[in-house]
Amino acid sequence: MKVKYFAWVRERIGKSEETVEPPASVRTVDDLIAWLAGQGETYAHAFETPRVIRVAIDHAHVQPDAAIAGAREIAFFPPMTGG
Amino acid sequence: MAATVTIRIQEADFDIGREIAALTDGRTDIGAVVTFSGICRGSEGGEAIAALTLEHYPGMAEAEIARHAETAMSRWPLTGLTVIHRVGRIEAGENIVLVLTASAHRQAAFQAAEFLMDYLKANAPFWKREEKPGGTSWVDTHSRDDDAAARWTRS
Repeated sequence: MKVKYFAWVRERIGKSEETVEPPASVRTVDDLIAWLAGQGETYAHAFETPRVIRVAIDHAHVQPDAAIAGAREIAFFPPMTGG
Repeated sequence: MAATVTIRIQEADFDIGREIAALTDGRTDIGAVVTFSGICRGSEGGEAIAALTLEHYPGMAEAEIARHAETAMSRWPLTGLTVIHRVGRIEAGENIVLVLTASAHRQAAFQAAEFLMDYLKANAPFWKREEKPGGTSWVDTHSRDDDAAARWTRS
């Protein structure tokens, strides 16, 4: 699946998007954050405080317990500061 | 007459007068247009801010604004609304965002404009980075923005 990163999540990881293939045991957004956090130092830094990370699946906000099955694009970003 | 909904995300500045005219020209059913424009402040907490850089999530930002525009249209008797959000580098004193709401009467226009801004701040995928004398940093979220959005939730 395609994942995208924005703002300081993007800066900490050092890329804006990539394709990842997590194992089948990764079922929810929470699982995916935990798995990504284990992909190296930059990822661990980006996801060091999982509760502040906001997630969208296919352009819609989702909660941490949302299932990721069937997702085309999952985005990770800090709380929004627009307007 | 059909309602006019305009949503744009752009780097360029906007002309508020022209946007109001686009919403009202040729119509006689509008009695009120409420305009909210958000402007880049030149200081925050006593520290000077030279500029902001706005990042957004293309695709989702438009979708999220459209969703809230639809909610506003269904909740208040609006004849039209416009939301323009700028991205890229915006210097102190420049426009960031514009919300226009038009209606036969002022109450609906005032309420819808406030609703749209509160939801935009809390839910639309935009992020601000500030340029201060000591360097640049991402703007922290304000819990007051989440609280402002939450008050529109119907129980």
